[in-house]
Amino acid sequence: MDWITIISTTVKAAIGVETVWYALAAIGINIHFGYTGLLNFGQSAFLAVAGYGLAVTVTVLGLPFWVGIGVGLLSAVLLALLLGIPTLRLRADYLAIVTIAAAEIVRLVFRSVAFKDVFGGSDGRRGFSDGFYAMNPFSPGTYGFGWLSFNERVLWVLVVGWALVALSCLIVFLLMKSPWGRVLKAIREDEDAVRALGKNVFSYKMQSLILGGVIGCLGGFIYGLAYASVQPDIFGTETTFFAYTIVILGGAARVFGPVVGSMIFWVLLVLVNGVLSGAVESGLITFMDSTQVGPFRYLLVGLGLILLLVYRPQGVFGDKREMAIDAR
Amino acid sequence: MRRAVIAFTAFLSGLVLLLLSAPAYAAAPEQSLRGTLTYQGQPVNGVKIVVTTESGQPVAEVTSNAQGTWQVPVDKPGKYKVTLDVSTLPQDTEVRGGNNVRNPTVFEGNPAAVLFALQAKGGAGPGGENDTTGQSTFWDQAAQLTFEGLNLGLIIALAALGLSLIYGTTGLTNFAHGELVTLGALLAYAFNSGIGLHLIPAALIAVILAGGLGYAQDRFFWGQLRRRGTGIIAMMIVSIGVAIFLRYLFLILFGGESQSYLQYTAQPGIQIGPISAAPKNFVAMGIELAVLVIVGLALMRTRTGKAARAVADNPALASSSGINVDRVIRIIWTMGGAIAALAGIMLGLSQNLKFTMGQDILLLIFAGVTLGGLGTAFGALVGSLIVGLFIQLSTLWVPPELKSVGALAVLIIVLLFRPQGILGRRERIG
Repeated sequence: MDWITIISTTVKAAIGVETVWYALAAIGINIHFGYTGLLNFGQSAFLAVAGYGLAVTVTVLGLPFWVGIGVGLLSAVLLALLLGIPTLRLRADYLAIVTIAAAEIVRLVFRSVAFKDVFGGSDGRRGFSDGFYAMNPFSPGTYGFGWLSFNERVLWVLVVGWALVALSCLIVFLLMKSPWGRVLKAIREDEDAVRALGKNVFSYKMQSLILGGVIGCLGGFIYGLAYASVQPDIFGTETTFFAYTIVILGGAARVFGPVVGSMIFWVLLVLVNGVLSGAVESGLITFMDSTQVGPFRYLLVGLGLILLLVYRPQGVFGDKREMAIDAR
Repeated sequence: MRRAVIAFTAFLSGLVLLLLSAPAYAAAPEQSLRGTLTYQGQPVNGVKIVVTTESGQPVAEVTSNAQGTWQVPVDKPGKYKVTLDVSTLPQDTEVRGGNNVRNPTVFEGNPAAVLFALQAKGGAGPGGENDTTGQSTFWDQAAQLTFEGLNLGLIIALAALGLSLIYGTTGLTNFAHGELVTLGALLAYAFNSGIGLHLIPAALIAVILAGGLGYAQDRFFWGQLRRRGTGIIAMMIVSIGVAIFLRYLFLILFGGESQSYLQYTAQPGIQIGPISAAPKNFVAMGIELAVLVIVGLALMRTRTGKAARAVADNPALASSSGINVDRVIRIIWTMGGAIAALAGIMLGLSQNLKFTMGQDILLLIFAGVTLGGLGTAFGALVGSLIVGLFIQLSTLWVPPELKSVGALAVLIIVLLFRPQGILGRRERIG
């Protein structure tokens, strides 16, 4: 087995593009689920409308990059309003079903043949990231040392991505210390008590949905810019579910929970993939072939999610008393 | 509640009668292009058809068979270019209108029919009036789609019944229910293709086995979680873990390719009234209806059925009046697993088998259950039939690929105005 490659890909995964955009999606979910107790299963839709908002504005309408970012952010806010008005009065399990349905609607419309001229069908859109890379301050070349090196494009995406993660964490930290954040946590613990205190619960939930959606949608931008393309099926329900796994793994209602969770999630996924592929190639494992390694590690994700919820629902950093997982 | 049940049973019996006089619908395989070449009522075989993508990338070349039909499965929905090689036509015929190229649009999961009308060379021959056969009136289409909608609705109803009863008795919103549907279809495939059993005994074994697995799931997993006092939201997220686990287990064992059962795959359709259908769908709908009626009667008439409804109404009260709640829940899991498996087998008959087939209809099952009212068994049936009908009938106006969008949008709109669903009760929504 080629341990150098396995270790280098694993270390890269800890700070890689996947980790960044899943961390952003998970920070959004942490605001919804961790702090407010909203079971939003439609997070992938926020990533999708942001990524497509940027892509369509730049490629189809031919407008500049920053207009695209603005359109993406606006679409995320609009989606939060559209999603929130009918659903936020519903109980948790209804909310889960309706948000997942809304996310599927968004994905199906993006991949439909009927709107192929706008959204590009199942192939998605590409060729909208030039404006972003034109701002790249790093001159072409390889940065880093030995096996831990990136080219200037990846480095630029990572710098911007981690800056956004840090900014999002700072916002979450400051907001959740504020009276506003305490109301959110109170809604999570007992909605009726908050209502009895004269707070407009619906309005607070909506603000939480918008904030989490906008932070999550940054993940859609990072995905689109890093791969210079968006495809509808990237933003399926499994993306949301993996982001939930990340939040629970790192610890819900903790500022750095989603970030650490994303790092652990992708390190484990890449490590398992490297070790298993290596073992299959060198003949150590004979009960599966190399094409089955990919599904097998997602099978482990499912198993991991079950075991986490059963044995350690608070994840690595969380506090069991702060988990909104009981019936109310 | 009782009145709704009686009304529903009557509705189902009416459907049985309807079925005896009308056939089921033709199976829709995964997206493909297909067509039939006839000349003066006779099939034309050996005609070469070339299919390319819109941009000219070659996809496939086929020749029409002895029935005059040809079919090209395509990987992706989109626009295609279909060219008929005129040099391979019989000598005395030509394509009417002279244009031997068609540009059909293929929608996801739907076959696109490509029409080439043939006529005698040199003008309007006796085949002249044939070109109207490809057209059908709005009402014919509506009848056909109603039929397809009922079939889909019945499949969804089978799956939804178990999901709704499990929700009603345990409070669990089971995101892994779609995988139970897939499980049934793949188990039947394993016995059918792996061991070589005929599909009917294979399906029977699969349903029984799936029921056993449903029992085991509750006995060794969900029941234990309940005993630990796991919250319902935690259990919902656990069920997502179970869904991901099972889905990728199926992918590892079954592979990513679509398959079909060895029997009943390509049945010639029969035409009755405005509806064209394959006989297998007729039988499948009959079985689905029979199972639904039996389960409905069992819920109404048997002691266990009454106990199940009592537990769904109020578990604590049911328990205090001497009902063994755990036993009832276990029976519901066994039955829910078995009929979900049956739904999977029926779905596998009308589509292809795939490891995501249950996941793909999970949201439609949820839509049916939520429309009818979470936790109400008969609401799930009514809701599912509405969802099935709505999905198929909406294709009269919207592209088939967006038909699920309409159903999901209706789900959201209904929740706006009547959050408890059609047969649900107000306090359930909280």
